[in-house]
Amino acid sequence: MTTTTSATPTPAAPTNKLGFTKQDYVGSKSTLCAGCGHDSITAQIINAAFESSIEGHRVTKYSGIGCSSKTPAYFINQGWGFNSVHGRMPSIATGASLANRTLINIGVSGDGDSMSIGMGQFVHAVRRNIPMIYIIEDNGVYGLTKGQFSATADKGSHLKTGAVNDFPSIDPCTLAIELGCGFVARSFSGNPKQLNAILKAAFAYQGTVVLDVISPCVTFNNHDASTRSYKHVKDHDFPLHDLGFIQYSEVEEVDIPAGETEIVTFPDGSKVAIKALHEGYEPTDRFGAMKAIHESMAKGEFLTGLLYINPTQPPLPEVLNLVDEPLATLGEDLLKPSPAELDKIMQSLM
Amino acid sequence: MTAALAAPSPVGGAKTRINDFSIQVATVNGSGSQTANTVLLRAIFQMGVFVSGKNLFPSNIAGLPTWFTIRASAKGYVARKASNEMLILMNPETAKEDIAKADPGALVIYDEPLQLDKLRSDLAYTPVPFQKLVTASCPEPKLHKLVKNMIYVGVAARLLGIDMEEVKKAIAKQLKGKTKAIELNQTACMAGYDWAMENLEDQDHIKVVRDNKTQGLIIIDGNEACALGALFAGVTVVGWYPITPASSLVETFIEYAEEYRKDPKTGKSTVAIVQMEDELASAGVVLSAGWAGARSMTSTAGPGVSLMSEFIGLGYYVEAPGVFFNVARTGPSTGLPTRTQQSDVELCAKCSHGDTLHVNLYPGNMEECFQFAYDAFDLAERFQTPIFVVTDLDLGMQNWASKPFAYPAKAYDRGKVLNQQQLAEVKDWGRYKDVDGDGIPYRSLPGTPGGKGAYLTRGSGHNAYAQYSEKPEDYIEVMDRLKRKYETAKDHVPGPVFRNQGSDKGVLAFGSSDPAVIEAQDILAEGGLKTDYLRLRALPFTAEVDAYVKEKKVVYVVEQNRDGQMANLFRETYPEHATKFKSVLHYDGHAIDAKSIVDQITAFEQK
Repeated sequence: MTTTTSATPTPAAPTNKLGFTKQDYVGSKSTLCAGCGHDSITAQIINAAFESSIEGHRVTKYSGIGCSSKTPAYFINQGWGFNSVHGRMPSIATGASLANRTLINIGVSGDGDSMSIGMGQFVHAVRRNIPMIYIIEDNGVYGLTKGQFSATADKGSHLKTGAVNDFPSIDPCTLAIELGCGFVARSFSGNPKQLNAILKAAFAYQGTVVLDVISPCVTFNNHDASTRSYKHVKDHDFPLHDLGFIQYSEVEEVDIPAGETEIVTFPDGSKVAIKALHEGYEPTDRFGAMKAIHESMAKGEFLTGLLYINPTQPPLPEVLNLVDEPLATLGEDLLKPSPAELDKIMQSLM
Repeated sequence: MTAALAAPSPVGGAKTRINDFSIQVATVNGSGSQTANTVLLRAIFQMGVFVSGKNLFPSNIAGLPTWFTIRASAKGYVARKASNEMLILMNPETAKEDIAKADPGALVIYDEPLQLDKLRSDLAYTPVPFQKLVTASCPEPKLHKLVKNMIYVGVAARLLGIDMEEVKKAIAKQLKGKTKAIELNQTACMAGYDWAMENLEDQDHIKVVRDNKTQGLIIIDGNEACALGALFAGVTVVGWYPITPASSLVETFIEYAEEYRKDPKTGKSTVAIVQMEDELASAGVVLSAGWAGARSMTSTAGPGVSLMSEFIGLGYYVEAPGVFFNVARTGPSTGLPTRTQQSDVELCAKCSHGDTLHVNLYPGNMEECFQFAYDAFDLAERFQTPIFVVTDLDLGMQNWASKPFAYPAKAYDRGKVLNQQQLAEVKDWGRYKDVDGDGIPYRSLPGTPGGKGAYLTRGSGHNAYAQYSEKPEDYIEVMDRLKRKYETAKDHVPGPVFRNQGSDKGVLAFGSSDPAVIEAQDILAEGGLKTDYLRLRALPFTAEVDAYVKEKKVVYVVEQNRDGQMANLFRETYPEHATKFKSVLHYDGHAIDAKSIVDQITAFEQK
């Protein structure tokens, strides 16, 4: 390498523990509408992965169909991606995560992709606790087909065309808690600090993370009569707590705030520090979490933050007692029974 | 004891059929008759006689009628034979109808209270007091229903001249290690045999005589053979959903995996098996696991393939490997879910929307079920595409005698996968670039370190570098290469098997029709019509198939569906020969028999 002394040295971009800059975590340029909430989520995935020193080549990104499902192209180009078919992202994540249990799996879906056509796969992926961060970019509307209601749209909310939603909405968070998910969170694309902390905690978690991010659609759902417009969500977002995430490797160096802050420790030693804003909220209390979410919904609020956490549940590869190395790269020597074993099987059939 | 228990004698005085007859057993589903019937089949097999069994069962857990046919054939014919020389009637619901359908001269063993002997005078009746015998031989009343069927095995063994030692051995084999059950069943069976010795005279209508035709053979069904093929092929991810008649393929695999797929050092599993929520999810698991480098499979039947078809189109277009077993049943819709048919030919050939063409393998016997299942994983990885192994209920769930399987010594072909070092060395890698001119691109696997080779797989339009593209020339490039890849497969799939009698008339069949076609070919030849039989074993059609089609004046395409689906594929592939293909069809849910084929070909010939 040659260095020039005459030029003014530009300050080196900061690097993480792996020596990567944030630039190493970006993807292709977004083709979504300017101001789309999804792009803010993408930005926080990039930030959180950089700050958590995630190995990019181990990241796999999965999606179904819809605006949200385009976003895996916009972050972590070092990782592989699989943009599949509508509503079927969870099964794609299931197969690949079993084929190679060392992968870090990020699924990006939308409210239509997960709560309508993909409800069956959502439910069963959560039940199986497949190791993945399952992000629902939730705008209550089908953007790519130009603005029909989705199943998360609030009853009584209006479309830009004036159409009113007659049906009750489905809430991914209470549903996920009901299904036994051990990490359920909600955030808002307009709250980058909170989203960042949740994503960093999610990277340290072993099983299924369900993260519902309210993400207003600037084109079809950002008008006054929508309950998922920027203005409406800003006015009705009630953060539960200030979250701080401390990675395992940093635990010794960081002074964990005491007092009203609760610490939840992950199996790898990482910790989430939760400073409660909402009186008496206890994120490890499953029934309490359900009650709080229902109460806030009744008031028309979006309760955001880490809604429920139980970091002890084994993810699917552990439940199946799989070998530690990736199944994908196991050799013929380990996989193919011997001639003597075939002979034994044949004898038993005679 | 009734005085009517005279020796049954053949009506009509035909000469004794030695090792050449069919027995049909009519029972009630869920009464344990499957065990009794398998014991009878095994005992004949152990006598060295070539034998095949067909279970005709209802879509029901218990209570509906079921029939089991056992065919012994000295000549080695194993297809279903429509006529039966012996009937064993245990089901009051169907007994009268069974009698009405019986072939003249048949021996009829029946449950005494049914009083069937007045219905027809051209049958030879043997009423058996089953209830009395089971009460005397089995101390536990709640087991009477289950062991009652074993009594007819004893009676039939006596009448047919089967060595009781072979029957006892067959019971022990069938009930593997369950000491109490073995003893109970052997006792019941002996009770039937002893009663028959005491009360029945010999008959000389049909007989089993010890032979040596089955020395060293195994008895197996096609689902187990496919499961073993997958086991030896090193399948590592299985996503499945229960469906008749395909469930036992994965279920048998699970049993073998328990024993043969544990890492000896850690005891941990080297295969992931997940029962998914539906067939759509199963297909997703198979394709994504294949995409990530695993050897993956599922097992399903027609309705499952329909549900999977969107994903299979994705697999074809993004070039993700995976093995799809279709154990076909009688469709459409729920159809006759416990009956056989070859009616998914066109579905599997072109499964999905858009232009799609798939490699299909059609095993025709147990050895091929094993071998083709093994080969399917190589083909899936070599061609980076979904591969169908198409069998049917007849192959998959019926018992077949077979030579033991040869060890698949050929090393796994993991296809064109670039590792970290190769990715670092290769210049201008494109996921969908045709470097070798065979239509098969090079792929990389998720998780490969080194910072090279990552790409985004997408079902939307893409160019040779896996980038999103809606450009006409990019779309055409990919689609034409996929066609080229399919052409390349012609040199890799199993070619046809011939049975030629030196004729310009062809008979073409595939899969489970094989035994009936062989028998039909012999019957036709005896009647003066020689044919050359080509058994197709795969799609795409290979060069040998091309030559055969060009050479023959007429090709009778035998298949078990209504619409002549395979004939349609031939007419489409060889339009200049379209008029040569004549459909010989059988689609009532029963396995095809030789007579149906002979009758239809004879009718064509007389036109």
